[in-house]
Amino acid sequence: MKNRIGTAVGCLLILVWCLLPVAWIVSLSFKSQEAVKNGSPGFFPADGAGAGWDNYQAVWDNEQFRRAILNSIGISLIATLLSVVVATLAAYAIARLEFRGKKAVLSIALAIAMFPVVSLIGPLFDMWRATGLYDTWPGLIIPYMSFTLPLAIWTLSAFFREIPWEMEQAAQVDGATSWQAFRKVIVPLAAPGVFTAAILTFFFAWNDFVFGISLTSTENARPIPASLSFFVGDDPFNRPASLLAAGAVIATIPIIVIVLIFQRKIVAGLTSGAVKG
Amino acid sequence: MAAITMNHIVKKYGDGFPAVNDVSIDVADGEFMILVGPSGCGKSTLLRMIVGLEDITSGDMLIGERRVNDLAPRERNLAMVFQNYALYPHLTVYENIAFPLRLAKMPDAEVDKLVRDASATLELDEHLERKPGNLSGGQRQRVAMGRAIVRQADAFLFDEPLSNLDAKLRGQMRTEIARLQKRLGITTVYVTHDQTEAMTLGDRVAVLKRGVLQQLATPRELYENPGNLFVAGFIGSPPMNFLPATVEGDSLQLPFGSVRIPADKASRAAGRGLLIAGIRPEHFEDASLASADGRGGSTFAATVDAVEWLGNETYAYIPFEAPAEVREQLQQLEKDLDGEGMRTQLVVSLDGASRIAEGSEAEIWVDASKIHLFDPATGENLTVDRERAGRIPGAEVAAG
Repeated sequence: MKNRIGTAVGCLLILVWCLLPVAWIVSLSFKSQEAVKNGSPGFFPADGAGAGWDNYQAVWDNEQFRRAILNSIGISLIATLLSVVVATLAAYAIARLEFRGKKAVLSIALAIAMFPVVSLIGPLFDMWRATGLYDTWPGLIIPYMSFTLPLAIWTLSAFFREIPWEMEQAAQVDGATSWQAFRKVIVPLAAPGVFTAAILTFFFAWNDFVFGISLTSTENARPIPASLSFFVGDDPFNRPASLLAAGAVIATIPIIVIVLIFQRKIVAGLTSGAVKG
Repeated sequence: MAAITMNHIVKKYGDGFPAVNDVSIDVADGEFMILVGPSGCGKSTLLRMIVGLEDITSGDMLIGERRVNDLAPRERNLAMVFQNYALYPHLTVYENIAFPLRLAKMPDAEVDKLVRDASATLELDEHLERKPGNLSGGQRQRVAMGRAIVRQADAFLFDEPLSNLDAKLRGQMRTEIARLQKRLGITTVYVTHDQTEAMTLGDRVAVLKRGVLQQLATPRELYENPGNLFVAGFIGSPPMNFLPATVEGDSLQLPFGSVRIPADKASRAAGRGLLIAGIRPEHFEDASLASADGRGGSTFAATVDAVEWLGNETYAYIPFEAPAEVREQLQQLEKDLDGEGMRTQLVVSLDGASRIAEGSEAEIWVDASKIHLFDPATGENLTVDRERAGRIPGAEVAAG
């Protein structure tokens, strides 16, 4: 009993710590601009200061913001998909095959992950300008992939290593080609790993700001985090805080949805009692 | 259904070490063949070469009339049961069994019929919708077998399928496998390190040591006419006793006294100096009980060091000193058999009615006609009955 109270208190503390800023953003998004400008200290909007869904309406009606949402979803999903597919194949090769330079591949991958993002912005900007990738979807997808691939490869190769060889061998004896054995036996078994890698990749792509703001110039490819920073309204010295808050809330919704979907898959715990018990 | 023929199969790994060295075995159509030997003898490697999971360095592997050396596993049409079953944990029992059929793109109705047949045979009907993770060891074993029997494979291959089960279940599954094989009449190759499984299951048994085939014979032939020291020591439990011995005329000098042996055996071993005599524990008896039965043979007196009474029989342990020459050979043999370098002692299996006590001087009877004599240098059995010993590869070359 004592133990349970302790756990509950602990959970509550962590929840407050994590969710207070989020709750504040939500609160802000429901206050009218006027109220925010004049100072509105309460958590709930004071009488007459509430804006209802007006802020959301306003943000949604903004063409620039809708484009940014579309860009973010498109770019993040494509980067995630490509990254996971490439990482799955690469990790499988690393876990199963003996080839020259395997160590080199792994350590270079790790080195790339350690590279500071900021130091690459300058060269990338120049290169993208020269190659015409500047301000396009691929121009963002490529850096997202190269920064998330190393982690995805490491995670997945650890998962593949845990799957016993016999699984594939049994499948091959049962009449499967190497590809069928991989697709029908190995990938389903590594599913939790694949989803973990997918979530991490998606987070990185969705939350990125530095690449987003440096490698784009129009709403052609500008993702949400960058777009929100351009959301200045009429008066550059007086930013529309409540509109920004509404935009930020909308921007977190896809993340929450994706986490909820993938979490199910991860919890499904496919490998439980895999081979012997 | 097909015969499997292995001709001079060699498997060398990258470092040039031959894991399997010039092994030739012919498995007849419908035969139950056992590959047995201590760990590292190459038996599993050989099995994996049959199924195609290991490359063959040289030699020919024939299934039926087809040379399969360069075929992928899926093109060989064999079914295999792995040591840890290798069930697919993400599929139900039904889908596990159906897996090979689905790969063959069989229509659903047919799949369903075959899976239900197999599950009925193996009494898995009530578990079809469960996942392998929720099954007991014996049930998983049966699912693995179901996956093997569901398609019309040319042969079954078993890789130590019972080693993960407890002793009682192992006995049951052993009988189950034997029954299933007899009923389906399908060619089977079965790898084990357990000589009991080898003796009880096999039509014929191939004994391997460090990649070399030692003897290929029926269990009875192996037991009664082991080709060399290794086979003699490996087959039988408790193992055969090995004693230093010399032949003089038709009497055999043992550490405990001399025993008269049949003249033909004596003549084959004459003039060879120090030999190793092999006597199975069950070929001894308490002299008082043996003479009551009116059995002929020699007796000797020895001090019994320890006695284990098991009800139906009694094991008595009699230590002895072996000359260095023999001891070295016996220690090497122990190592080959995965054993510990134990003291040299004689294990005799007496009738349960025997009243021999620990520490006492006992009169022991020995069935001299069953004694085998081995050359200590080569380990070759000098008194082997070649007519009833199956095939002993080394001896063929020597004879030819």
